Amino acid sequence: MVTPLQRARAAAAAVTDPELPPLTIDDLGILRDVQLVDETVEVAITPTYSGCPAMREIAVAIEQAVRDSGAEKVRVRLLLTPAWTTDWLTETARRKLLAIGIAPPDPGLGAEALFAQRNVVCPRCASANTERISAFGSTACKALHRCLACREPFEAFKCH
Amino acid sequence: MTTTSVSLNETPLVRRYLSLADDALVLGHRTSEWTGHAPLLEEELALANIALDLIGQARALYQAAGELTGHSEDELAYLRDPPAFRNALIMELPNGDFAFTIARLFFVSVASDQMWRAGFDDPALTAVAEKAMKETAYHVRHAAEWLIRLGDGTAESHRRAQDAVDALWPYTGELTADRDTWLRAVTPILTRATLRLPNDGWMQSGGREGWHTEHLGHLLAEMQILPRTYPGATW
Repeated sequence: MVTPLQRARAAAAAVTDPELPPLTIDDLGILRDVQLVDETVEVAITPTYSGCPAMREIAVAIEQAVRDSGAEKVRVRLLLTPAWTTDWLTETARRKLLAIGIAPPDPGLGAEALFAQRNVVCPRCASANTERISAFGSTACKALHRCLACREPFEAFKCH
Repeated sequence: MTTTSVSLNETPLVRRYLSLADDALVLGHRTSEWTGHAPLLEEELALANIALDLIGQARALYQAAGELTGHSEDELAYLRDPPAFRNALIMELPNGDFAFTIARLFFVSVASDQMWRAGFDDPALTAVAEKAMKETAYHVRHAAEWLIRLGDGTAESHRRAQDAVDALWPYTGELTADRDTWLRAVTPILTRATLRLPNDGWMQSGGREGWHTEHLGHLLAEMQILPRTYPGATW
């Protein structure tokens, strides 16, 4: 027997990130909690970056998905603390990132030192002979790298 | 201008939120002006990302101020006049050349980094800081790496970086109450960049009290014209 709350939770968990469509918000660790407050399904999410423009689209998509699952009233709440970290990415998320050519973050790494080069493995040819082009990429969560073995540029998920 | 500006009852806590929010919004807006003009593609992305971080931080801080004042983040950003803005003057100065933009980002980010890490007695600021300190660490590193490249680069890049440092120095007095700690972080980078540390002399101030340079009015006119001309516009 599946309860309406379980249905709502499954619907929320299946919402994907518009910038990384293969990944769900559950994979990314953005989805923190789904509970019933009076008659309202309350979904708590934690933003990845302060200015991530995807958060608004994600919130709208959650409301729609939970409503489609049969709930009448939905509310999305932003939970700022504890702050999201890339350590919350699931194993599934890391596997999916690699599959779409994005190097997953190393767990437990904080901000890097000046001119530091993290030894990122190329998602295409698996060589560790890579270099960072820029700490800032096409979205707030990614950096630009280049593989010196296969000569292809690639994106890497930043450690945060 | 067809809308009325909001007026606030500024308790000390509201003013604290607004100082931080206005710093982030005004510098975020200035930084976003580089979009489409940056010297290379990677830098275009970097500056746009940094602007986005700052505007995101501003939003969270305006939301905190909104809880106390009853005004939405949009009202606080778009419906206050220049004298109601509490940002430090350094944020509103025009971008100048790339060296000026980078030197300012460096000076401001070092102060922000130290502030976010110092911890707060206020839960709303603690929540914003958890996110902002990681973002700011990237800003410090990016600006420091560039300042070293420019200062220790060609004769022209060195001259421009030194001019920027000298011009900005009198505006750095408003950034932090703990100048010694700030100087301890700034000095080694300037040294490594082969740049001369200016002497501390007379410092510009007044931004926190609403006494701004002529530049803030122009910045806000551009930023606020749409919501002021079409109140409640959505798209």
